[in-house]
Amino acid sequence: MTALVLLLLSAGVGPGPVRVGSKVFTESVLVGELATGVLRRAGLPAEHVRGLGGTRVVWDALVRGDVDVYPEYTGTLAEEIFGGRVRPDALGPALAAAGVTLGPALGFEDGYALGMREEVAARLGIRRISDLREQPGLRLGFSNEFLDRGDGWRALQRAYALPHRDVRGLDHELAYRGLRAGALDVVDLYSTDPEIEAEHLRVLEDDLHHFPEYRAVLLVRADLEQRVPGARAALETLAGQIDAPAMIAMNARARVARVPEGQVASSFLRERLGGTGASATEPGPGRARRIATRLGEHLTLVGISLGLSLLVALPLGVLAARRRGLGQAVLAGVGVLQTIPSLALLVLMIPLLGIGTRPAIAALFLYGLLPIVRNTHAGLLGITPDLRESADALGLPGWFRLVRVELPLASPSIVAGVKTSAVIAVGTATLGALVGAGGFGQPILTGIRLADTGLLLEGALPAAALALVVEAAFNGLERLVVPRGLRLGPEEPGS
Amino acid sequence: MPAPRPQQPAPPGHGSGPVLVLRDVSRSFGGRPAVRAVSLQVPRERTTVLLGESGSGKSTLLRLMAGLIAADTGDILLEGAAVNPGTGAALRRRMGFGLQSGGLFPHLTAADNVTLLARALGRPAEWRARRLSELGALVRLEPELLSRWPAQLSGGQRQRVSLMRALMLTPAVVLLDEPLGALDPVTRGELQGELVRVFRALGTTVVLVTHDLDEAALLGDQVALLRDGALVQVGPIEELAARPADPWVAKFLAGWRGGGQR
Repeated sequence: MTALVLLLLSAGVGPGPVRVGSKVFTESVLVGELATGVLRRAGLPAEHVRGLGGTRVVWDALVRGDVDVYPEYTGTLAEEIFGGRVRPDALGPALAAAGVTLGPALGFEDGYALGMREEVAARLGIRRISDLREQPGLRLGFSNEFLDRGDGWRALQRAYALPHRDVRGLDHELAYRGLRAGALDVVDLYSTDPEIEAEHLRVLEDDLHHFPEYRAVLLVRADLEQRVPGARAALETLAGQIDAPAMIAMNARARVARVPEGQVASSFLRERLGGTGASATEPGPGRARRIATRLGEHLTLVGISLGLSLLVALPLGVLAARRRGLGQAVLAGVGVLQTIPSLALLVLMIPLLGIGTRPAIAALFLYGLLPIVRNTHAGLLGITPDLRESADALGLPGWFRLVRVELPLASPSIVAGVKTSAVIAVGTATLGALVGAGGFGQPILTGIRLADTGLLLEGALPAAALALVVEAAFNGLERLVVPRGLRLGPEEPGS
Repeated sequence: MPAPRPQQPAPPGHGSGPVLVLRDVSRSFGGRPAVRAVSLQVPRERTTVLLGESGSGKSTLLRLMAGLIAADTGDILLEGAAVNPGTGAALRRRMGFGLQSGGLFPHLTAADNVTLLARALGRPAEWRARRLSELGALVRLEPELLSRWPAQLSGGQRQRVSLMRALMLTPAVVLLDEPLGALDPVTRGELQGELVRVFRALGTTVVLVTHDLDEAALLGDQVALLRDGALVQVGPIEELAARPADPWVAKFLAGWRGGGQR
């Protein structure tokens, strides 16, 4: 049944505009806006699926054809995507095997580096990464991706024989705040981060030349030119146009001055390429409109996934209650689904379903199963022995007995299970933004990325309010669904 | 004390021979015998009382007759057809069943409880309504109570509804497990009289479980006395009192005052 739902969800994507993807950090979103901008200036339809998850999510989306273009770094390709088996200067054949070509090099490098606050580094006399060896008590905070990737922390630790134990993973742009607050001593940097200058950070010299080259490039699907003639040429106009100071300046405008990325990108394109030029992003709608749109997306995710969960979980719960052995297996199975971290489940769905609403709905659907299956099962098993015997003794036909006696008696428990699923779905759906499903997670993610509390609350508050409304709606629904006789209180013995 | 015993015998029925026949029926739970080699005939249009102390196996025997549990050995025949959980729902629909708690479904009104099976079997609405009011009049349940839920009824009212449900499809036999066991003495006495009246009026074949000697004497045309799962003696209670099969029977019936009163 589950496989069938996944299959239905994965059906059909038509040809459309050029889809540009980007990862969930500011520089990637900015370059995505630039690429979208040059396509539109060339009169081609283009849309930007901004701020998808990490490297894996966007790469999988490119290989599947859910996006046509996205900005990447040669070092990331070599180390992270090809696991160090391919040299950064010989990526072509490996990419071709995945149906991807190396697009224009943009003109800047954004390598990994380690950084510290200037005064702390000066006090401890740390200039090179090797110097860290003498200071094992330092607190290190790295972006989650850096902790896990091939050329990341583990390899660095090995190369430099670093002794540090206090190492934690967090969001890249939050790490700067930790550094500023004095909670962290060493963080990983991207060399084009504006904070390096703005916050007077010391970039530690990579004296053993551990980090590979991170030239910024656009990755383009090999079949794009065939599908949208002229797209390739339009993208090539960006070649060599963005040098490191320009990228640092754009990052600073977006992150420090909080200018919307679309605006930063379009003014850059005007300066470099001339003309008035269409903005990559139209002026945004007002806050009320934005919230209404997000609400629509969020409710779509929750509504469809909850409906599918109910459709599958109710029969599974009945089955589990009927057959004890099978029941244990079913409960264990849906229980295991629940233990998969929601982010991991979303990412696992991408190779199957691509990006957008479908993987998010599939993940929410799987999460919604357990509470409904378990409560249906418990509700049916909780029917008292004398009522069970009464139904047996009457000799009610099986289907009639299930629909008219057993399910109504179990309905308080079943409704409670559906309510739990719905509230969980409202919360978990905020993660859908990581795979491009929109919803209230979108402003939350962007708010975190830009350290913009207002934007963050624009997603978080409506999401919380929605959870309360859903809870209240189900309390109302309970009065409709649960038969009145069950709400009259417990039967009192005697006359 | 209960009302005086009505006139014997009940009007002769159309069928003949016993409705239920048990031959050498045994059943144990986890190695402990609950019913041992019971052979018993349930005569048509009469009330048979299964009497015994708690743990004597009388409720187990009733569930065997209803086909709710399977016998380890022996045969149970309802008008010639073998009764067991495998013979399924169809045979059970020819038996009415009542529990001490009433066993009414709390999510259905009294009327819906009574007519549930008839509806499942596709009996027309007019038929169900007619039967419902007939039975309501018979068990003397105020019509407005029929639209209430079980939680809104008294214990005695619930037992009347439960009896209506058992009688709805004119079953071949009605099996009742301590139907009055949970009621206060006044309601209990009242309902004992009602049961006698209803069963006589309809000519119903009944098997009723009780541990109460007076109730057994009042309701039972024949009493089957059980001890430790075995049938000790069967017959009208006067006969049991007059000619006890063994000293235990004599002692058991010594508690009954009715025998000497009439």
